[in-house]
This record gives sequence, C-alpha cells and structure tokens, in this order.
Amino acid sequence: MLSMLRTIWTVLLHLFRRPITVQYPEEKPYLPPRYRGRIILSRDPDGDERCVGCYLCSAACPVDCIALQAGERPDGRRYPEFFRINFSRCIFCGLCEEACPTYAIQLTPDFELCDYNRQNLVYEKEDLLINGPGKYPGYNFYRVAGLAVSGKEKGASENEDKPVDVKSLLP
Amino acid sequence: MATIYVDDRPYEVDPAKNLLEECLSKGLDLPYFCWHPALGSVGACRQCAVKQYRDENDQRGRIVMACMTPAMDGARISIRDKDAVQFRAGIIELLMSNHPHDCPVCDEGGECHLQDMTVMTGHNYRGYRFGKRTFTNQQLGPFINHEMNRCITCYRCVRYYRDYAGGKDLDAFASHNHVYFGRHEDGALENEFSGNLVEICPTGVFTDKTLKQHYTRKWDLQTAPSVCAHCSLGCNTIAGERYGQLRRILNRYNAQVNGYFLCDRGRFGYGFVNGDRRLRQPRLLQDGESRPVSGAEALKRTALLLGRQSRVIGIGSPRASVEANFALRTLVGSRNFFSGMAPGEEHLVARMLHVLRGAGVRTPSLCEVESADAVLVLGEDVTQTAPLLALAIRQAVKQAPRRQAMQLRIPRWDDAALNEVMQQQKGPLYIATPAGTRLDEAATQCFRGAPDDVARLGFAVARALDATAPPVRGLSREERAAVQAIAGALRKAERPVVVSGSGCGSEAVVDAAAQVARALGGAGTANLCFTAAECNSFGLGLLNAMGTAEAFQRVADGLVDTVVVLENDLYRRVGRASVEAMLASAHVVAIDHSATDTVAGAEVAFPSGTFAETEGTMVNNEGRAQRFYQVFVPQGEVKPAWSWLGELAQAAGRTELTGLRSPDDLLAALGRAVAAFEGLPERVAGASFRVNGEKVPRLSPRASGRTAVSANVNVHEPKPPEDPDSPLAFTMEGYPQQPPSPLITRFWAPGWNSVQSLNKFQAEVGGALAGGDPGMRLIEPVANGAAAYTDEIPPAFRRRAGEFLVVPLHHIFGSDEQSAVAPAVAQRSPGPYAALSPEDAQTLGVQDGEFVEIELDGGMFQLPALLMSSMTVGVLGVPVGIGSLRGVDLPARSRCRRV
Repeated sequence: MLSMLRTIWTVLLHLFRRPITVQYPEEKPYLPPRYRGRIILSRDPDGDERCVGCYLCSAACPVDCIALQAGERPDGRRYPEFFRINFSRCIFCGLCEEACPTYAIQLTPDFELCDYNRQNLVYEKEDLLINGPGKYPGYNFYRVAGLAVSGKEKGASENEDKPVDVKSLLP
Repeated sequence: MATIYVDDRPYEVDPAKNLLEECLSKGLDLPYFCWHPALGSVGACRQCAVKQYRDENDQRGRIVMACMTPAMDGARISIRDKDAVQFRAGIIELLMSNHPHDCPVCDEGGECHLQDMTVMTGHNYRGYRFGKRTFTNQQLGPFINHEMNRCITCYRCVRYYRDYAGGKDLDAFASHNHVYFGRHEDGALENEFSGNLVEICPTGVFTDKTLKQHYTRKWDLQTAPSVCAHCSLGCNTIAGERYGQLRRILNRYNAQVNGYFLCDRGRFGYGFVNGDRRLRQPRLLQDGESRPVSGAEALKRTALLLGRQSRVIGIGSPRASVEANFALRTLVGSRNFFSGMAPGEEHLVARMLHVLRGAGVRTPSLCEVESADAVLVLGEDVTQTAPLLALAIRQAVKQAPRRQAMQLRIPRWDDAALNEVMQQQKGPLYIATPAGTRLDEAATQCFRGAPDDVARLGFAVARALDATAPPVRGLSREERAAVQAIAGALRKAERPVVVSGSGCGSEAVVDAAAQVARALGGAGTANLCFTAAECNSFGLGLLNAMGTAEAFQRVADGLVDTVVVLENDLYRRVGRASVEAMLASAHVVAIDHSATDTVAGAEVAFPSGTFAETEGTMVNNEGRAQRFYQVFVPQGEVKPAWSWLGELAQAAGRTELTGLRSPDDLLAALGRAVAAFEGLPERVAGASFRVNGEKVPRLSPRASGRTAVSANVNVHEPKPPEDPDSPLAFTMEGYPQQPPSPLITRFWAPGWNSVQSLNKFQAEVGGALAGGDPGMRLIEPVANGAAAYTDEIPPAFRRRAGEFLVVPLHHIFGSDEQSAVAPAVAQRSPGPYAALSPEDAQTLGVQDGEFVEIELDGGMFQLPALLMSSMTVGVLGVPVGIGSLRGVDLPARSRCRRV
C-alpha cells in the first residue's frame, strides 16, 4: 500500500520537471562537433582531396563497409580512384577516422541517414567529398610527407633539408 | 651440436651458424636489417645487439652483434637485457631520424620490415629536432620504383645486386650520411633479377612499379600458392588478386627450387592475365566473322563436331597443366593425342627425358646447382631461357674460392670477411654457346661455335674424362686445350654439374651433355641439368604424346574431321602454311586464355583460365611435379580447360570424361594411366584435404571491404564463391595458423608483416620449409644398368658461301609467349633482328641496322642486322618469339642477302 502511494507521488512530482526530450524533427538537438554521424571525406587547405588511398580506414573498419582503390595522379599525388562506404553496414564506430593518417575521413554530427531503399545508402566518393577541411583546418599531408608532388619538390616539406648532392664529398 | 643459453634457457644449436640465425631458427624475435639468410652477415646496421656473458657468474656482460658472433658451445646471451633493449631502441631511433613521413603513400606500408622492427623495439617518437636529409630519386625502368628518402643504409640492395646477382649498375654513392643507392644515371636496371630488390630492401626504397599501377595492400590481396608459368624451372610464387585482377607476384620460398629469389620475367610477367588480349567469352566463326556467343551455343555447335562418328584428334600444350593435357588425351584417346610442341623441341624433350630416366645421371635441383663447384654449360643461354638457373650458377662459381677461404677458419656466414679473402675469384665455369651470353662475365673460359661444334667440344670433354668414350677427331689446337682445361676442372670438382637444354635446338648438344655427365660417372650424384622451353614441357613429355608433325600429316591426309587445340598457338610451333591448311581442312576447336592467332582462326573457341584462375600440376626441368592453386574466380565465362573438355564431352554424348569432374579426379586417373605419375595423386593436397577440419583461407584475417566491394552493383552482399576443387577457401575463414608447406598462401607471422616472416615458416633459417619443401620428383634414373655412350658425333660445322646457319637466340623479356604480353615486360623486350658477326656483315656488306633478307621454311623474312662481336662466324641468330619469324624449326640453313 505504502509503495503504491509513493509511486503515485513520484509520478506526480515528475509532472513539474523540465522535459529532457525535444520535439524532433521540428526541434533539433544540439550535437557536439565530435559526434559520430555521417562520414565525409575532406579536402586539404589548398582544396585538393586529402585522401591518399592508404587503405587504413578500410582495414580498421570492423564491418568491412569501406572499399577503395588507390591511384596515382601524373603529378605524384595519391588519390582514391573510387571510394565507397556502405552506410547500411556502417556502425559509426569512428575507427576509420582514428586510423586515417591524413585527416581525410571524418565523422560529422549529421545522423539523419534513413532511407526506404538500402541501395541508396551506398555512398561513392562524389557523395562523400566535401568542399572543406572539416575539423582539422590547417593540416596538409603532402607538406609533411617526403614524397615529391607537383608544387613541392624533394626537400621542400616541413622539417626537411634540401636534397643531397650525391656527387659532393664535402662533409 | 652446441648448447647456447638465451635468457638462461638452453638451446641446441649448430656452431657453424651465428647467434642471430640460431635465435631466429628457435623462434625468438630479434630485430635485424643488414643480415639476410642468402647474403650472410656484415654487421652494418647494429640492430641485432644482444648482451653476451662470459659465464653464469658474469653479471655485467657486454653488448655484441648477434649476426657477427658465432653460436659457440656454452655461449650465454640475453635478448631481454635492459642495456641491449635500450641499445636496439637507440639504433632504430637513429635509423628513423631521416625516415620520411611516408607510410600512408608508401607501397611497402603494411609489409615493411622497418615498420615491424620499429614496433618490435618500441621506438615511437622522433627525438631529433633538426631537418631530415633528402635525396632525389631515379627512374629505374618499368619494374622498380625508387624512393631514396626512405633508405636506412643497410646495404642489402648493393650486396644482393652486385655480389649475389652479378649486377653492375647499382652501387652506393657519396659518403657519411649522404650515402645514396642507385645507378650512375637514370635508366632501367640491367640485371635480370632486379625485381628481388623489392623483397631484399627492408623498407620502401625499391618497390614494385607494376603493383603501383593498381596498388593494393598486402592484407587485401587474395593470395594462393602458385607456380611460375614462364620457363621450365617452375619457381614457386605467391600470386595476389584484388577486384578481379591479378596484382602481383611474390616469391614463395622453396629451398629446393627458387629459394629466396625470382627473376624479373616471373615477377613482372603476370600482366597477360589482366590484358585485353584475354578471351572471356566463347567465340564462333561464321562466314569469316568471329563473334562472341554464350557457352551453351558454343557447346551445341561443338557437340556436332565431336560426335561419335567424327574422327577427332587433340593437340596438347606445354604451357597447359598436366591435368588439362591428360583430360584431352582421355577425351580423344592416346593414339589421337599430339603434343603440340614444335617438332624440334618435342624431339629434344623426349631425348632429355630419355637421358634423365636412363642410367648413370641424375638431375639436380636448383639448390644443388648452387652448391656445385664446377659447371659446364653446353649450348644454352641460361640467363635468357631459365634465368634462375643462371643465378644458381653465379652462386656455384663462388663455391671453390669460398671453400678455400673457409680453410682460414672464416665462418660461412661472415660475408665481408669471405669477400675480402675471395677477392672476386671465380670457380670453374665453362660456357660453350653459338653467341655470347650474360653469364660469360662469370665464366673461366668461353667457347664460341655452331651447335655442332659445341656438341663436339662436349663429346671431346667426355672422352678426356673417360677413355672408353668415343673420340672426337679433327679438333683444333685451341679446342684441344679447352677440352683439357674443362675436363681437368670437372675431374677435380666434388660436385660437377653439366647444364644444357633445348635452347639452341640441337640434339647433338643434348647428347654431348649427357655424354659428359655419364663420363663423370658417380651415379647418384646430381650432375646433369636440362632446361626446356616451357613451364610444363617435361610434364607433357611424360604423357607420351604423338608428334605434332604427325597431327598435321593426318589432317592433310584427310583422316581427321575435328581438331581440339588446347591452350596452344600453333603458329608458334609450325609454319604458317601448315596451320592455315589445318584450319581450312578440319573443324578446329580451340581452348585458350588469350585471343591468339589460332583462336582467331578456330571454328569454335572457348575461354580457359590462366595459371591464376585454374588449378593444376606442372612438371619442371628437374621432373618436380608442383601444384598451383587457383587465385581468384575469373570474370566472364572463363573456365578451366579441363572443365570445358568435360562439358564438350558431355554435350557430344561421349563418356570418356564421365566421372572426371575435378583436377583431383584427373590426377588420380593419370596416376593409374601413366606410370611416370604413379604415386603423385597421393602426395598432392587435394580438395578433401583439411587442416584441423578446416580449409586454408586465401584472404588474410584483415582483408577489407567485404560489404562494400560490390555494393555499387547490389547492396546485398553475394555469398563468397566456393571452391570445390581445392583445400583453399575464397574467404578469410579457415585455419588461422600456418598451413602445411604446399598450401602457404602468404608469409605472415604475428609481429612480422613483411616477407622476412619467412623465417617463421622454415624448420631452420635458410633451410627447408617446416614440413618439407613442396613438390615431388617424378624423374629418377634407373638404379642400375650400364650407361652407354653414343658415338653419333656430328662433323665439324662448315660454312658454305652465301649461306648461314640460323640459330635461335632467346630473350628473358619477349621470348616467352605469355609474359611477352605483359606491359612492363614488353617495354624491355628487344625488337626483331638478325645477329651477325662483324666478319659476316662485312662479307655481306651490311651495316648495323640495315636490313638483310633470309629465307626460312619457304618464307622470306626481312630483319635489321645486328652486329654481335661474340657471334660465331657463319652463324646468324634470330630472336625467339619476337617479330614475324615464328613457327620455324631452328637451327636451319638459310641463304641470306642484303636488301
């Protein structure tokens, strides 16, 4: 008897509390920037795609929902010839973002990915690539890597000396 | 045997080895860079530091390099000692201080020895604040990509390339921390074994350029044990596929065959599998027009041609597996089965098999050739026809000087000290060929002459070795001196080897080689090594097929209605006129993986699988039967040749192939039908073979993209393909640990992602694979019986005015039918030419590059003259398989004139 009355009292008190739920979809909840939602591919500060096709995201993916093919442009830059994420399989764990050495793949706070047709959840590179650097505005992998690409010769990366003159015997 | 103590645990070791080798053999992890089991130790990288103690009471110990310290009895060392651990971490930090931030864009990433060793030592943060040293790269040709920034100066590349493979054009330049490994200028690496730099380099300085064009990480490749299909040596390979394309070939260690290395033809010749010349759909020829049709339609048409009343013959192929050839033989009957080899080659293969199965000789494995201490090469340009045999011979010439050096009590693994004592000395190697070869530079003496003269030299050597052998008359003084020198060297040697083969097309040369081997005596010692033209020449030879010429004769006589041609481009075997006559007068059904000229002319053509898409057995030059396994499921209606033959038989209502539905069935039937293959079916890991009840996976556990690869076509993932024909699975599921040696799909061990993980698969470092090396020898000499000498010694070669003896010259890049189509190999292939000695050129009045016309087999061929100072006078060399000169049996006499 006593417990029933206590329950009714608790429920009555809750009538005067502020609600936690929001009127979704009219009202959107706040999600922090690091929320793990829809995956995007970002570009470096110079506007070129960041992904170098290293396959680390696809290797890290626990549900194997990323497939890509690395290619090389005539100027020496590596890029993904195709890049496909099957969002109907993705579990938004963020391991791909963690594995990415170039900050190319990032998870965004957009979680509204529902579709009536599963086939529509297969995203290609054109669907994934955005026009900005995402969460990491300053980083450009090719300014750090030792690989020469057009516009950056050998020895022009950060923290690199000029190429050695092999024919010189000076110390 | 000696006992050493590693971290206070006793281990039984071989005192002739060093501590590093023995630690790795015992399964202990000890990082290293500059040491390689095939190259020995130099102690350059300082990475394998361990602490050695005087005795059990010694608490301080001292740091030594494991690779430079013999595994002496009672040695006490510690790998886990704090100082040693710190020392190794410090060394790797030094090595890494200039290493670029490249791993994501480096082709070595994920299978990099430097990555593995860095993780093993625990180094993870660069403490050096200053700039990184950089280098500019070089263009090293179509095979190898150069990225010098990644170098850690271990010197393995130049030690391999110069000391082991005999290359000249790769060296170390500059000094101190500017040491640069490259060529003196941009250009393709000349050595035929340059591809091994990919596996020798512990990091990504030298990487596979053909892989770069369709780059895939090691963990994503679907791999299966395979056997190289580009020459008769049958090197073991690991072929890797991704997205329906064959993407690279890696070496698969087999201590008896190829050891640690492959040649560039084998490594980079896989491009034909992905090429646009592939046949992927059956084709029908109607009104002179070839059009693609469905398999059912093609089978319906063929059923009429193969019916019971029809007289059918089959032409096999030396590049098709034993199973496919046997399926055809069973379908048409052994009296209607023809070998499909060029008539001259066929004759030679039969001859070589006859010799090897006779008394008094035994054929060595490549490994045994490596340990030979005197070599005589008769008539064969081994670098071009059987490249890895040339690499083995290059090791053999080091045997005699090394033995001398080891008398100074220098251990075998101490490479720098041995080299210092040996001083480029070479053991006895004698080469007798019609033209100069790449191996000449390693030879003690070379002899130039027409094939008959080469044979005469061989016969004379046999006579000098054994007075009961028939004498050779009319030798010149120089020849007699050469004969005495060769015979003396062979007699003195403990393990002499005679190398010959079908390369110069002369039966006399093969007989002469056999004669020398017999004269050397000592039955049971492996002393006669033959090479043949193609990957399964010896396997086909063991099937006792009828001669190819007879097939054409039967067609010409009107005794044949239908010819089934198995994976064979007949235009390469016999003259154009004969093939066209056959295509015109009989119904030709061709089964092949590429659209060859024969396929284009055939009435019906069926697409078969290449070595990567089928399973089968090939027999190499040693008589070693080796299984290659399917790597991936091909696109289109591509099926194994034996499978098409089965369907053909069924469609035509024939019962010969009923019940032979898999390679295992065919092999079992073959074991019963042909005595030479007896016992083989039991030795092969067939489809029902399981390890712990499980199949062996072709994919690594880390293979990626399973739910996305085909999602663009259909989001519902297809079931992975099943493989009813082999103990391997097309998935990552299956036995997770090391499979038995014939089924090794990749070399990987925990903490060892690179090919260096091989040491975990060997019973002992540098020795056989755990569980024994795969393959079974089918050719053994008869145990007893007297070796009979032949006295059919050809007369000396005499030139005739205005006439030349045309001999075939082989090329590692271009002469093999399949690899010649691969884009990388095609870039290195020479154009057509007619090689002449300068004297002959002068007589004819031609300059280098001017055209000459030769008449062969009724056809006229115009070829640019190539002046070759090493060419025998009166002999003219033409490249095999290059240009329009095909299907001509060489050597042949020909008139030649300037155009």
